[in-house]
Amino acid sequence: MGRSTLKSTASRCLRWLDDRTGLLWVLRHSLFHRVPVSAKWWYVFGSATMMFFAVQIASGIVLAMFYAPSAAQAYESLVYINQQVPSGWMLRAIHGWSSNAMCLMMLVHLAQVFLHGTYKYPRELTWIFGVCLCVLTLALAFTGQIMRWDADAYWGLGIGAAIVDRMPVVGNALRGIMLGGEQISGATLSRFFALHVFILPGTTVALIGLHLYSILRKGISEMPKAGEVVDPATYDKAYEARVHKTGVPFYPDAARRDMVFCGAALIVLVGIAAWYGPMGPGALPDPTIIEASPRPDGLFLWIFAALALLPPSSETALLLIGPPVGIALLALLPFIAPRGERAPSRRPLSVLSFGVVCTGIGVLTWLGMQSPWSPVMNAWTSTPVAPEFVERRSPLALQGALEFQFAQCRNCHAIGGTGGMRGPDLTEVATRLSWDQLVRQIQQGGGNMPAYGKTLSSAETHALVAFLSTLDGGRSRAQIPGAMESQSVSDAMPTAASTPLTSSSP
Amino acid sequence: MSERDTVSDATPSATASESRRGFLFAAGTTLTAIGGVLVAAPIIGAAVAPGLLPEKDKWLSLGASSNWTPGTTVLVKFLNPGGAPDDGVTRENACYVRCIEAGKFQVFAVNCAHLGCPVEWFAQSRLFMCPCHGGVYYEDGSRASGPPPRGLFEFAWRIQDGALEIFSGRLPGLQEGT
Repeated sequence: MGRSTLKSTASRCLRWLDDRTGLLWVLRHSLFHRVPVSAKWWYVFGSATMMFFAVQIASGIVLAMFYAPSAAQAYESLVYINQQVPSGWMLRAIHGWSSNAMCLMMLVHLAQVFLHGTYKYPRELTWIFGVCLCVLTLALAFTGQIMRWDADAYWGLGIGAAIVDRMPVVGNALRGIMLGGEQISGATLSRFFALHVFILPGTTVALIGLHLYSILRKGISEMPKAGEVVDPATYDKAYEARVHKTGVPFYPDAARRDMVFCGAALIVLVGIAAWYGPMGPGALPDPTIIEASPRPDGLFLWIFAALALLPPSSETALLLIGPPVGIALLALLPFIAPRGERAPSRRPLSVLSFGVVCTGIGVLTWLGMQSPWSPVMNAWTSTPVAPEFVERRSPLALQGALEFQFAQCRNCHAIGGTGGMRGPDLTEVATRLSWDQLVRQIQQGGGNMPAYGKTLSSAETHALVAFLSTLDGGRSRAQIPGAMESQSVSDAMPTAASTPLTSSSP
Repeated sequence: MSERDTVSDATPSATASESRRGFLFAAGTTLTAIGGVLVAAPIIGAAVAPGLLPEKDKWLSLGASSNWTPGTTVLVKFLNPGGAPDDGVTRENACYVRCIEAGKFQVFAVNCAHLGCPVEWFAQSRLFMCPCHGGVYYEDGSRASGPPPRGLFEFAWRIQDGALEIFSGRLPGLQEGT
């Protein structure tokens, strides 16, 4: 067969295919559609988000070949994938880290679109579909964490159920539908599996289609320039004229940058996945193992932190009203600010609100990593009292140091920087509180501390206060070398010597 | 008057045809609606009913009531009533039994009243502490500090034939009022 015959056969096949499918028309209006010449590196993040979603679909399908969505077997099947399935650990690592990468790219894409004012006329629907995709991606990440079916997944569901249950009127019913019954059980995992594997990805694919279609219909925005104002009356015509005159076809001109960025991102993903490995599963999802310290994945740590810091009186209202109002505000942004300047330099309020939100989420995430509000549950047995806090102490103060550990004070209070951070660090507490104040604080509690009046005997309280009174940063011992603790305390705090027993006796 | 109306006025067969089309449209809509409801009912029913059916709470025995030492609080494991075979370890559950004196108890859910994390009992300080957001409760379940809006959830208990029984089966929540 000659070369020209081959060419004409290929051409005939293409014509036939085009006739039956309209393929060329579709390609001309999608792959080869004209984009503004200014659409450069800032525009790669949406493509990267979509690429990571494709990675999730591919790795997720293969994971589903091994994963057993049953509460009795899910955990073991994950261990089996990690340890027995050829390259299974890498498969799980890629799925887990690609999920993080997808969320990260999506958030960067969202930030770029927000800061560049791209949501304004005429791209309102593109933005709204994008906000929906953002919510779906976060839902995919949360349900994915449940698939791990470990202690974090179990208690994470418990937290989710407790939040849903707070809704007035419908809360109880919604919680039942969410859990598939009265308890977190096999039925719960099954429905979260259906959500994670069918409902959410299916909806995401449909919305990506709508998002892309609306991008093709109204075109990719140009880089914003200060002084170039969006005016709905003239925008469409001017945009079309500019793109027609100076625009370039998406493929291959603009796609080159997407391909470079996506390729590099894939290589980084594989590197991170290989280095850090798969995520969990952690401890068994056994509700009778009480010694659990549930933590959400990094993406949700800021919510975990907010739940600790919200004032209890308004917590329910903020929990139930905050997220829907926030998402609705974000989605309706194009109708709140449909026109005007797009350049960040001319939109100080937008840049400021972006900065505030980013700083807020960043600080909350950082706090979530530290979780200073959580007692360190094993500090009383695992965190020793450093020698400098017990040397040259009286027997009474030493007994107090033991009380300090045994009464779990250490779970919430640090000494010398170790221990819980829920309460104040007590390394130098004697410089702040007198003997009487210490007794009152221990017995009556207050300021977010439980009262120990019924738990500790007066002798135990006395010993404890004797120990705490020596925690003055070494000041009194520096003044009187080798002095007895009771003497040094009484030197430092005259009131302590006069009324220690009477004030601590119940 | 539209052309269509003119034609239907003019020819009886066209009127019959129009009426047949109207009937077919109405029949099609009705049949599809009925069929749709018939198909959707079991699909949606199976998805939502398990969460809406009446409570499966029932009395569970935790063992002889004489097993507990007065003045102690211990963690007790039990199997969820109504659990399914594929629940695995999540079929298990736990509660804290506080024996105040012989024959007098308090039975607490392990779930923090703030957001449901597992609280841990410390016998030395006689406190329950939550590892998530720092909720703390006294030994009688009342709130001591932290974000919980109330004390620990309690299960109803009774002594039946010498055994301590609790009324359980439901993950406790703020709307239970227990």
